[in-house]
Amino acid sequence: MSHSYVNKAIPKVDYKALVTGKAVYTDDLAAKDCLFVKVLRSPHAHALIQEIDTTRAQMVPGIECVLTYKDCPDKRFTMAGQTYPEPSPYDRLILDQRVRFVGDAVAIVAGYGKEAVNKALKMIKVKYEVLEPILDFRKAKDNPILVHPEDNWKSLCPVGADNKRNLCAHDTCSEGDVDEVINNCEYVVDQVYHTKANQQSMMETFRTYTYMDAYGRLNVISSTQVPFHVRRILANALDISKAKIRVIKPRIGGGFGAKQTVVSEVYPALVTWKTGKAAKMIYTREESLIASSPRHEMEVHVRIGADKDGIIQGIDMYTLSNTGAFGEHGPTTVGLSGHKSIPLYGNAKAFRFTYDVVYTNVMSAGAYRGYGATQGLFALESAVNELAEKMQMDPVKLREKNMVREGQVMPAYYGETANSCALDRCMARAKEMMDWDNKYPCRDMGNGKVRGVGVAMAMQGSGISSVDTAAVAIKVNDDGVYSLMIGATDMGTGCDTILAQMAAECLDCSIDDIIVHGVDTDSSPYDTGSYASSTTYVTGMAVVRTCEVLRDKIALKGAEYLGCSVDDVDFDGEKVVNIQTGESISRKEIGNRVMCANQDTLFASEAFTSPVSPPPYMVGMAEVEVDKETGELELIDYVAVVDCGTVVNPNLARIQTEGGLAQGIGMAMYEDVVYNAKGKNYSNSFMQYKIPSRLDVGTIRVEFESSYEPTGPFGAKSIGEIVINTPSPAIASAVNHAVGVKVRELPITAEKVFFGMQK
Amino acid sequence: MEIRFKLNGKPAQAEVSGDTVLYDLLRELGCYSVKCGCETTNCGLCTVWVNGKSRLSCSILAASIEGQEITTLEGVQKEAEEFGRFLAEEGAEQCGFCSPGFIMNVLAMIRELSNPTLEEMKEYLAGNLCRCTGYMGQMRAIQKYMEMKKEA
Repeated sequence: MSHSYVNKAIPKVDYKALVTGKAVYTDDLAAKDCLFVKVLRSPHAHALIQEIDTTRAQMVPGIECVLTYKDCPDKRFTMAGQTYPEPSPYDRLILDQRVRFVGDAVAIVAGYGKEAVNKALKMIKVKYEVLEPILDFRKAKDNPILVHPEDNWKSLCPVGADNKRNLCAHDTCSEGDVDEVINNCEYVVDQVYHTKANQQSMMETFRTYTYMDAYGRLNVISSTQVPFHVRRILANALDISKAKIRVIKPRIGGGFGAKQTVVSEVYPALVTWKTGKAAKMIYTREESLIASSPRHEMEVHVRIGADKDGIIQGIDMYTLSNTGAFGEHGPTTVGLSGHKSIPLYGNAKAFRFTYDVVYTNVMSAGAYRGYGATQGLFALESAVNELAEKMQMDPVKLREKNMVREGQVMPAYYGETANSCALDRCMARAKEMMDWDNKYPCRDMGNGKVRGVGVAMAMQGSGISSVDTAAVAIKVNDDGVYSLMIGATDMGTGCDTILAQMAAECLDCSIDDIIVHGVDTDSSPYDTGSYASSTTYVTGMAVVRTCEVLRDKIALKGAEYLGCSVDDVDFDGEKVVNIQTGESISRKEIGNRVMCANQDTLFASEAFTSPVSPPPYMVGMAEVEVDKETGELELIDYVAVVDCGTVVNPNLARIQTEGGLAQGIGMAMYEDVVYNAKGKNYSNSFMQYKIPSRLDVGTIRVEFESSYEPTGPFGAKSIGEIVINTPSPAIASAVNHAVGVKVRELPITAEKVFFGMQK
Repeated sequence: MEIRFKLNGKPAQAEVSGDTVLYDLLRELGCYSVKCGCETTNCGLCTVWVNGKSRLSCSILAASIEGQEITTLEGVQKEAEEFGRFLAEEGAEQCGFCSPGFIMNVLAMIRELSNPTLEEMKEYLAGNLCRCTGYMGQMRAIQKYMEMKKEA
């Protein structure tokens, strides 16, 4: 099937503004004379505010207000941008008398000019009762110290949460008798893997601008992935009606999940609501690194067994997840560590997956690309690589014997069937691209350095099944130009473009005839937001459905103007033709005529939700060079082959993949959030928290092997998240193949490799 | 104090204090292309030219630019759009937040290095971080742009 726009590498519809540096981001749009908002942050990991004196701070010239917990509603809410009722517990106040991590908000200062605000921050006098914190997540469950002892803590969903046990979520599920199956296995790997918190590190930090409009409503321009959730969360936090809030999403400087949590919005919103004055909060990079929404640290215990022929029989996983001081995305991320790793192995007779998510006194975790699958796949794929080593089998061959195939039912993936799966072709192509058979397991370069290769597979989902909901609206304007109104949030990824591509394809028109209107909660149709790899698949289907309805309406109107029956006309995208007479009327003319003496709107709006979440699949292979003397490792080459179904825009999909891989490489080799013994976060700048530069990622090569997803738009599945999952296990295995060191705790640093070689 | 300098080819003056940073001044003067990503001179987003050379505007005191010539992306719009098209054809502008600083440094590199190798280009641009693209697409765009320039 050939398309005019789908599967074409067209530039993004907003590219010109971006490459010429136009004022299109939140801080560019904020009024110059608005209040500047900053938060006083706790120096203690766990403490109660005994006294807080803001008198002197309020007297600093230019200060508008200083707010403390006494000025905030005592009604708990969650900052997690999720569909209501949120699985994340309602455990937050805007400001609380109890502070729960170093960096937690103590007071809000708003004033004219940074200098005045910074001066006032220093003049707030706080007397703390310092409490003992819980900093080791392995000791949190049932610890007598409670992170959330309060009685108005509340969990809206049955996720196994219990604040009196520091438990944010707990569950177990299984099929078959996994203990018996594994006990009967010839080869068993039983290991624990540890992934750390990682920062999304989007280049634009968290930021929000708020002002009151002519109707007395709070307007919020925010760098967010979830405008509709922001509206609800702000209504909860401020305890006001949703009718009083409007959220607008401008251009976003990257999100990667970070902005699926309402990190910065509540502070300027409270200031504007209290003072009636415009306000903005721009997070510094330091704030973005100490008080944000990083990846959940997880420790995953894997037991995996195979028979003598290398058929994987059983997988048993236990995940302990650290949600930090608050439960944002705690109950949901953890599920993916098992449900989006175990199903990769299609022959297993039994599985068990158990998890605990615990509160501790470090910054709250949140959503980060991969959302738990990344952590689980590091563990499971590492265990599979260790299993191959135990069996003295090529890890590619072990996977070829066991990988899930098209048509197989995946019991650990909620019983869904793999209706579109080209994982086998991805593996075959990756193997060729890497020249695996010649490079596996390693090559001594003769200069004290060894090059090893490693492999890993991955899966993700496409939206949250039976939850994610996207609506799209399209209207016909004068001259027959379309407005495509979406609630999905382009955060740089290009969804405004790919949705316009799909609309142009469905409507048989030029993409230049489609105006894309980004998100304004007052006028955009509802969309859960851009997260969970949902936009291409879920919102894409809403576009397809809306176009179908609109085409019928245009045909009907054209028939009316042609004075014939709708059964006799055909709409080819440009004109409605009477197939009996050959007479026609153009879309342009229809668009203009409906603006006079007309009672039918040429407007359609359809929603979509899916009972399934079809997984994209991929294979990643790394070639790493290790210095035998120092343990220093360098990534030489990374090869990835992705099955995201039909590729809607090959360039944007390739960049998603290359970018996700680079983030995965950062996670594997460099990035670590480090706390001292008192809970202070040392990784508070890009000097300490090292994200890869262009000198650190080697060569990244990407190809696609497409299956066709029958439930997706034009056969498409998701691409955004899966791409971060393979580097950690593939690089770990490449290092092991090079120098025989197994690093089971990320990141894989020269120190860990060096000390591993000394053993 | 009052300072006088040249901004994007035109004479400019501003009232600054001793600790005013060039980055803040430029945004105040309406050069919204200039972005800040780190405050610690690690990210390259705030790159502008001082007398034609790439500098990080977050680490320059405004008082020190008296009599100097400052260029931001607003001052090289045509070239930005020309190279930007190559970037967009790879999909490599992505969120666009690092694009202005990156493009300023690319254009400076093209002026400074003749026939650079890929390695030389990577080193020249190492201070320009990007979290979206993984850098490969940016490098493809630069190579294709330079190829076009050579042929032109």
